[in-house]
Amino acid sequence: MAFGKKASGPGKGRGRGKAAGDKKDGQRRGMFRRRKVCKFCAERIDDINYKDMRMLSGFVPERGKVLPRRISGTCALHQRKLRTAIMRARQIALLPYVTE
Amino acid sequence: MSARKYELVYIMKPEATEAEVAELQAQVEAIIGRVGGTLEKTDAWGRRKLAYDIGNHKEGFYVLHVIAGSGELMKEIDRRLRVTEGLLRHLIVRVDEHERKADRAKTIRVEGSRRRRVARGLPPDRQPGEGPQSSDNEDDDRDGYEPAEA
Repeated sequence: MAFGKKASGPGKGRGRGKAAGDKKDGQRRGMFRRRKVCKFCAERIDDINYKDMRMLSGFVPERGKVLPRRISGTCALHQRKLRTAIMRARQIALLPYVTE
Repeated sequence: MSARKYELVYIMKPEATEAEVAELQAQVEAIIGRVGGTLEKTDAWGRRKLAYDIGNHKEGFYVLHVIAGSGELMKEIDRRLRVTEGLLRHLIVRVDEHERKADRAKTIRVEGSRRRRVARGLPPDRQPGEGPQSSDNEDDDRDGYEPAEA
């Protein structure tokens, strides 16, 4: 934050011992980031359904795109199923294809 | 061959009257009766806002059917819905395989959890007030995980 570190990632978890100028920018030493877990694995959701708007809308940001795995932490298997579900929901106008 | 299970969702124009909705449902049922199959569930979601405009319409009347039958039946229904007036969209999804997979995943998980619990000398099912709060009756998936009081 005040150290001019990468703007991406959660702002919290500011590492300790990061006095200004002791390390090069871009190095993530001492910066703690919570390990992301797949929501569907953690909550044991077997069925990713295209009709479940409440669940799907959490993976569709404002623009209407599918939230990438690197952000959400979803595992490959569930991301694939999620994508199918979102594409189906788009067909029946439950979710937008694009939002301007 | 056992019957397949399909879900059919269609969106009617928002100005459709009760009678029109009922008529289309009757048409679908008639096709099912003719080709052979069963209508397992009908669920009218009612008027909903569309996520995007479909030909000047901002709202639509949603209806969901769950149908058990053959691929030919669904093909026929699809063909008929394509030429039906007053319909904005329809979607047919096969769900039986997907449901079976989800069931199997759940069974494997529950059994694995029970086996590990028994191996640790615990009763197969989670006791009330044991371990982290969880809504369902399953143990943690990670091997070697020990509840605090064990």
